[in-house]
Amino acid sequence: MAEIAIKDAFAQHKAFIPFITCGDPDLETTEKIVVKMEQAGADLVELGIPFSDPTAEGPVIQGANLRALTGGVTTDKIFDMVKNLRTKVSIPMVFMTYANVVYSYGMEKFMTNAKACGVQGLILPDVPYEEKEEFAVPAKAHGLELVSLIAPTSHDRIRTIAKSAEGFVYCVSSLGVTGMRSEITTDVKAMVDLVKSENNIPCAIGFGISTPEQAADMAGKSDGAIVGSAIVKLCEKYGKNSVGYIYEFVKSMADAVHAA
Amino acid sequence: MSENNSSTSKGRFGIHGGQYIPETLMNAVIELEDAYNHYKDDPEFNRELTDLYNNYANRPSLLYYAENMTKDLGGAKIYLKREDLNHTGAHKINNCLGQGLLAKKMGKTRLIAETGAGQHGVATATVAALLGMECDVYMGVKDMERQALNVYRMRLLGAQVHGVESGTGTLKDAVSETMREWTRRINDTHYCLGSCMGPHPFPTIVRDFQAVISREIKQQMLEKEGRLPDVVMACVGGGSNAIGSFYHFIDDKSVRLIGCEAAGRGTDTFETAATIATGRLGIFHGMKSYFCQDEYGQIAPVYSISAGLDYPGIGPEHAMLHDSGRAEYVAITDDEAVDAFEYLSKTEGIIPAIESAHAVAYAKKLAPTLPKDQIIVITVSGRGDKDVAAIARYRGEDLHD
Repeated sequence: MAEIAIKDAFAQHKAFIPFITCGDPDLETTEKIVVKMEQAGADLVELGIPFSDPTAEGPVIQGANLRALTGGVTTDKIFDMVKNLRTKVSIPMVFMTYANVVYSYGMEKFMTNAKACGVQGLILPDVPYEEKEEFAVPAKAHGLELVSLIAPTSHDRIRTIAKSAEGFVYCVSSLGVTGMRSEITTDVKAMVDLVKSENNIPCAIGFGISTPEQAADMAGKSDGAIVGSAIVKLCEKYGKNSVGYIYEFVKSMADAVHAA
Repeated sequence: MSENNSSTSKGRFGIHGGQYIPETLMNAVIELEDAYNHYKDDPEFNRELTDLYNNYANRPSLLYYAENMTKDLGGAKIYLKREDLNHTGAHKINNCLGQGLLAKKMGKTRLIAETGAGQHGVATATVAALLGMECDVYMGVKDMERQALNVYRMRLLGAQVHGVESGTGTLKDAVSETMREWTRRINDTHYCLGSCMGPHPFPTIVRDFQAVISREIKQQMLEKEGRLPDVVMACVGGGSNAIGSFYHFIDDKSVRLIGCEAAGRGTDTFETAATIATGRLGIFHGMKSYFCQDEYGQIAPVYSISAGLDYPGIGPEHAMLHDSGRAEYVAITDDEAVDAFEYLSKTEGIIPAIESAHAVAYAKKLAPTLPKDQIIVITVSGRGDKDVAAIARYRGEDLHD
């Protein structure tokens, strides 16, 4: 299907961005889930390629990585699944994984295959600004955007990061790792404003968001909301039967974000 | 392999090193680097650290001529650098006193650390007690079982010990969990990393604090023999006692530097932790270096009888010394290490840590092949009391701590 650029996912309204770990519980279910996510109103999807030691993840997504790898998922099998998925969905898709998954596969080969299967970008939580060029240059050469992250501890680094950011800026809402939180206390609005003062690029907020109210609140302060653990939790609970539950959840979240 | 490391990257050892960590931690490592650059040349800081080394940690450690072992092996003359005689029984205290003092100067009130065998956890807990800081130690649940006595020792020293169940429940998982904890609480907390690994500036800081080992060896050897040694060898997991033993000899090209990795059940099996022998280039735990991994970059479960060497990577400076050929890396199996553990105990009356026994094992092979006028220094990184029960079980005895 016709592919939409990352920035255009934010053009109509605030964007709702769900995350899913590929292969949890299996790739067939992942494919069905992503199709349903688009139907439920998702504007962009983050596809997690599992890693054995995901240091930025809390227990929920760690569990998903483990289930997927135990089930025999590999980077190549994920490329095949996404290639097929691309014939069914048109919203932008980005891979979220760790540096070694890309580096060890071979930088050129990874970027070539990622582009060929129809994704638009990459998020690598263990690649900060200082190490970005190593990944962003080959990504760009293949027409992929490397999404930059900013955190509550970034302070004076935000302007520098924003200047060279591509696609969208992933604003990490809280200290710690991924996972659901009862409240988000960081002044995310100030972070977003600082990005915008340097670069007119969409900013989406992630980490800790699990309810439509939180999602609407975060989207209200930025250009979108990213939700991972709350969705992965449904995979954990319902396995192959999670598709319908995830559809309902994504719909409630997307509706709230689009109204923000 | 050609490398295109970022022009903005810091802390490189050849192509290795760097800072591959979440953005949340970047200002923390920058703050640490700034503080370290300030204090490393500060006379007051160095005076305090030397005072702690000499009057608290029992430095300088002895350089002991192992006459029985030398005669028995019938080749090169063997000296043992006795890091096992340090307070807390291992080289780990050198680094912990340095980092603890640095953290205190930075205004931090809490130390967190990973531990494998428990030696680094004990050393961190000790320094936290001494300096009046809070301490949380993360340890794989499998290692907590293997090293139950050290777990209690840390608690006795006032530290909280957290069992890590994720992954393989060993050292790599303890490192991952400590990194996660650091992202949760940064302001008052210093991550007292235990080996010459992780993101810049840790490999440099840990190496500098451990370099006291080679500084002393050099001076003591000149006093005893009036010359440099021909070989310096040490065991390597992450590699901190080895890099400390090598550092002041790197420019002395006549000195062979040998790191002894843990082969576990053999480098031709999956039950190994020999990174140089079986790993390949990768990015993990904040650094580019060699790692045991599968074809898709998934970090491999590793195995060694020694909890302290049971790590799938190696510090970036070792990776560089391997690339350049300046240091050699050899793999020692569990069986060889256990034999050496017993050999040193019976021959010299010194029970080495099972980690250190890997270096003793290679010396047993190498010494007989060298002429009698050559000198080998083996760093005995720690004492083996912690391992006695496990080795007894390895030999079929029904003995528990």
